[in-house]
Amino acid sequence: MRTRAFTEDRVTLKHGAGGPAMRALIQQLFADGIEDPPGSVGVSAMDDGAALPLGDGRFLVITTDSHVVSPIFFPGGDIGRLAVCGTVNDLAMMGATEVLGLTCAVVVEEGLARKDLARVHASMREACQEAGATIVTGDTKVMGKGQLDGLMLNTAGVALTTHVVRDNGLKAGDRIIVTGTIGDHGFSVLAARNGLDLTGELRSDVAPLNGLVRAALAGGPVSAMKDPTRGGLSSALHEMAEKSGVGVLLDETALPMRLEVRAAAELLGIDPLQVANEGKALLGVRPEFAERVLAALRGHPLGRDAAIVGTCVPQNPGRIVLDTGFGKRLLAEPEGDPMPRIC
Amino acid sequence: MNAPLMQFRDPQRAKALAAALQRAVDRAGRRVSLMHVCGSHEQAIARYGLRAAFPCELDVIMGPGCPVCITDLPEVDEAVALALQGVRVATYGDMLRVPGTSRSLADARAESGEVEIVYGVSEAVRLARDTREEIVFFASGFETTAVATAAEILRGPPKNFSVLSAHKYIPPVMEIVAEMPETRVEGFLAAGHAASITGWGIFERFVERHKTPVVVAGFEPLDILAALVRLTELVADGTPAVENLYPRCVTREGNLPAQEQLWKVFRPTGGRWRGIAHVPNGNLRLRDEFAYLDARRRFRIEVERLWDSAPAALTQRCICGDIMAGIASPSGCSLFGKECVPDTPVGACMVSSEGTCRIWHQYGGVPDLRNGDTQRKGDTMRPSGGDGVPVVGAEP
Repeated sequence: MRTRAFTEDRVTLKHGAGGPAMRALIQQLFADGIEDPPGSVGVSAMDDGAALPLGDGRFLVITTDSHVVSPIFFPGGDIGRLAVCGTVNDLAMMGATEVLGLTCAVVVEEGLARKDLARVHASMREACQEAGATIVTGDTKVMGKGQLDGLMLNTAGVALTTHVVRDNGLKAGDRIIVTGTIGDHGFSVLAARNGLDLTGELRSDVAPLNGLVRAALAGGPVSAMKDPTRGGLSSALHEMAEKSGVGVLLDETALPMRLEVRAAAELLGIDPLQVANEGKALLGVRPEFAERVLAALRGHPLGRDAAIVGTCVPQNPGRIVLDTGFGKRLLAEPEGDPMPRIC
Repeated sequence: MNAPLMQFRDPQRAKALAAALQRAVDRAGRRVSLMHVCGSHEQAIARYGLRAAFPCELDVIMGPGCPVCITDLPEVDEAVALALQGVRVATYGDMLRVPGTSRSLADARAESGEVEIVYGVSEAVRLARDTREEIVFFASGFETTAVATAAEILRGPPKNFSVLSAHKYIPPVMEIVAEMPETRVEGFLAAGHAASITGWGIFERFVERHKTPVVVAGFEPLDILAALVRLTELVADGTPAVENLYPRCVTREGNLPAQEQLWKVFRPTGGRWRGIAHVPNGNLRLRDEFAYLDARRRFRIEVERLWDSAPAALTQRCICGDIMAGIASPSGCSLFGKECVPDTPVGACMVSSEGTCRIWHQYGGVPDLRNGDTQRKGDTMRPSGGDGVPVVGAEP
């Protein structure tokens, strides 16, 4: 892992944006001096969740995630659906698709409309049904007006698996598969936040992926997996490539992307490869299994637009070379939240 | 995406133009160095990976065309000081991380300064209408965005709205670059959107004076490639001329009503551009008639308090000016990779994600991706330092 000095006096927003600055903060502060239990995947792996060996060949996979989003309701979802799917998907990315149970802690700002909370709760139940998961315990806190922006949810989840899938298992030759269109969540939230009135169907893709991942794993072995949430496809793929010690040649013309997302990206001056997805996964698959896994994904309703978009190469470990159709360039790793450019 | 726009993104035509570009460079029979003066050109070149399609003997240098990069320290300091004084500052997103003497606006925000990101001046005016608090629009950008600021000012914004202008004017800095004694730049790619305001006629005197061709270019990949082909041909043939390869937007006279509004509101004045030089008439400031909207006159901006922790004249050692003129490479800078890194940039070329130093730092040199490899391309830029390198960073 590249290390960076965490020299700043203060935590800024970039330390929460999923990029190198956040990883540096975790490594140098939270993971410092922690020893992972033997045979486990722990904090030092900085994967989507932890995997603890049970001694009988099975692993207990655990993950936790805090959710804040503005606005709380956006086209295609809300903070409740996001909180359930985020945790279910982190478990699924570790290869654990049968969720034993979820927890949910709710922190509410004084003054939040009770009907909004009820709506969020209903949406959590719906997402749980889709994922085949149940919230088994929780916690509620209320904070004073202005001490919080509306609502914060924390969800944790546990699941069992016999085969842990890591995000560092890419090998040269592996094909990179994306399970569907990218940028949908990020741009629908940005459009809602900025009051942009875009024609067409721009909706968040927020969905539980455990069913889709189950189908993929039945199709063939998966070398590595990660969901491109904060920081988007660029951040997730950089992290996978860096941890795996491979380079990736990414074919931009093969990336599935909605026309509405392309339009919003140009209008807002934001790279669609750097915005969050909440219902997509990146998979690395050996070339001989790539078509089978792709077919398995496409057979699932959430994977209809899945596509092979890249190949892992031994050169340039940790770097992504993007073939734009005009030429090639190195894909930049996002640092901080995407900002609209002026020039 | 609409069909007419996609015509300018046809990879097949791009290949044909890349071949034409190679022929033009062959015609010159030597290494050719061209400069663009526009962040949007660099963005499009980087975005579409066009550098990998350029001939090896062609250097396309990023000139002082990123308005964010060349916003000078004291200008950022003013915005930071206002934010720390409790005034709400609204600005473009990419101004947030530009370092001032001791802090960026992002730092100011982390210290509870109120900084709002807006997409344009009209959004800042809307913010002002929705509140009774003072809103200062920290205005950056060239004649293109300056016109938008001017239009809002003439429309009569609410009383609690004012402007901190860091607007810049492009034509004077082209003179500075052309006059640098060691410059290798043989032709300029002019920014199509700025020219749509000023008209391409504005470059005629420049070409006459410096015997350097100028081609006005649009921003789609084919626009840029076609303009580079024409510019290289003009260089190869030794023809100093202005040509307009963006006729769908740019005329000889430009947008006259926009020019009228621009000069009604702003006056050109000399000022430093970060890392480059003092540029006579390069800064746009509000005219006296609009003093009541000028944040510099409305507030006492307490910039002095930022200067206690000023870094020890690091900027004096910055050689961004030479790098932008194509006579130095980042490896020749004593700050590069040490005091000057992407998280704490000193000079213009490290601020922008498309800046030369930033790209070198991130990728260990200019990546040559022609064969899918990111090995460092041969150091085509001469090292800087030593005698004979013009000191462009010093105040005149």
